[in-house]
Amino acid sequence: MMRVLALETSTEYCSVALWQDGNVSSRCELVGQKHSEILIEMLDGLLREAGVKLAQLDGIAFGAGPGSFTGVRIACGVAQGLALGADLPVAGVCTLQALAQASGHDKVIAALDARMGETYHAAYEKRAGAWVTIGEPIFCLPQAAPDVAGHGWFGAGSGFAAYGTALNERYAGQLAGMDGQAAPQASAIAELAAAQFAAGRGVDAAQAMPVYLRDKVALKTSER
Amino acid sequence: MKLILGIESSCDETGIALYHSECGLLAHALHSQVAMHNEYGGVVPELASRDHIRHVLPLIRAAVQEAGCRLQDVDAIAYTKGPGLSGALLVGASVACSLAYALAIPTIGIHHMEGHLLSPLLSDPAPQFPFVALLVSGGHTQLMRVDGVGQYTLLGETVDDAAGEAFDKSAKLLGLDYPGGVFLSKLAQHGQAGRFKLPRPMLHSGDLDFSFSGLKTAVLTLTRQHTPDEQKTLDEQTRADIAHATQEAIVGVLVSKSLAALKQTGLNQLVVAGGVGANQQLRAQLNQAADKYGFHVFYPDLEFCTDNGAMIAFAGALRLQQQEGKFDYRFNVKPRWDLQEINAAT
Repeated sequence: MMRVLALETSTEYCSVALWQDGNVSSRCELVGQKHSEILIEMLDGLLREAGVKLAQLDGIAFGAGPGSFTGVRIACGVAQGLALGADLPVAGVCTLQALAQASGHDKVIAALDARMGETYHAAYEKRAGAWVTIGEPIFCLPQAAPDVAGHGWFGAGSGFAAYGTALNERYAGQLAGMDGQAAPQASAIAELAAAQFAAGRGVDAAQAMPVYLRDKVALKTSER
Repeated sequence: MKLILGIESSCDETGIALYHSECGLLAHALHSQVAMHNEYGGVVPELASRDHIRHVLPLIRAAVQEAGCRLQDVDAIAYTKGPGLSGALLVGASVACSLAYALAIPTIGIHHMEGHLLSPLLSDPAPQFPFVALLVSGGHTQLMRVDGVGQYTLLGETVDDAAGEAFDKSAKLLGLDYPGGVFLSKLAQHGQAGRFKLPRPMLHSGDLDFSFSGLKTAVLTLTRQHTPDEQKTLDEQTRADIAHATQEAIVGVLVSKSLAALKQTGLNQLVVAGGVGANQQLRAQLNQAADKYGFHVFYPDLEFCTDNGAMIAFAGALRLQQQEGKFDYRFNVKPRWDLQEINAAT
């Protein structure tokens, strides 16, 4: 039996999920910025309920971002510590792809509010049961979001709540619907990670890193 | 509790160590971010956090290898819970608590300044309780009476800037790179004593408090007065002379208040801890005063003056002799945290 534990703390939600041969059990709470206070207790509860020990897992997965910088580092740090202590591989999963996975649609534009008027953005299409990345994860102004071809796209994520008008204009006629309340969840992270682990694409604990996308966070003295 | 893993990540150094309650310090590993922040003229908190998460695990593995033990041999994990940069603290805390959970061992959250305060006890000869501690760093300037682990009484502290901050801010005004304090001390060696005299605020205030914010204004005024209109920068000698006067003023106040603290408490041991404790001028003047007035002064080894994991592992070991470790894996941190709050119990 294959088992994956997943953590997701990139938004104001804190969620954990246990994937066991395709069956997923999960917990999720709206915690604001209090992930650090409940994350380990939450995953402990989930494992106990399922009667599964860390040593029985095949890997640890976490929502690697993009998202809140502090949030993705919390999931990454906990994934690193668990994996180091239990000698397990790790898989970092893109939060935008997790939005697509949980959307129930096959053509998804995922957008998360990146603050400062920008979105984290990607597009995915499911072909023959597998996700194909149509637009790589980037951060951009909503009005400058990259082109997608054709119709019937579904918009998912907080970007559609924060910049709904701009994104609707950008993709005029191409969007079949949207859900601005959708947030990346550990259950979707677990499902996507299970495929990664099955393909042998887990990494060593020390290689597990957050994905920030926004890398310019300060100006060097020479740039001022 | 015998083997303690210590994790420090409160600011711009990632420090990891393994301390054994009977065999002493087995290993310690450090990664400094100073060079990275140098390009930005100061610590950028977000970049500090991003760097910590790249280095915590490799350093843990390096320390375990150096100590010749296995992770499974670790009995408890001590980590810096505060004070410090919130995002940076969270990196160390998240790895510490999840690793402890995976190993089914207890954790203990350590106050960063308690780590510094107790670090001279890692040296030989070590001070005996009770003693007076002068805590001087970029974030702190405090005089403490220390009667034992977790028995700290604040005697006096800065009412505005920390001494290390005064060093760094003055250095910036003199056009020195970050971390300015270190470069200011180097430059001061070439300075002429007596050319400039800077104010020593609160020297005669009658209490043990400090004030350093006026110093940078005085340094600014001096640099302006001596920068000729046709030039943009000071000449080298004047810069060195101002650096000398700045260091003299800061060190002078620190020494004088430390002596007053010894007098007030009637104790004869002084412990100096924190980054500014590495300042050679401060050490020279305190040593001189110790000879003259007959007290003993203790410093941590130079490698433990900066932030480091050894002091956290060590403080954790001492604490765990007094109290049970907690199987508590909540890792909320305390970016602001008064040292006296940890008296008696954490």
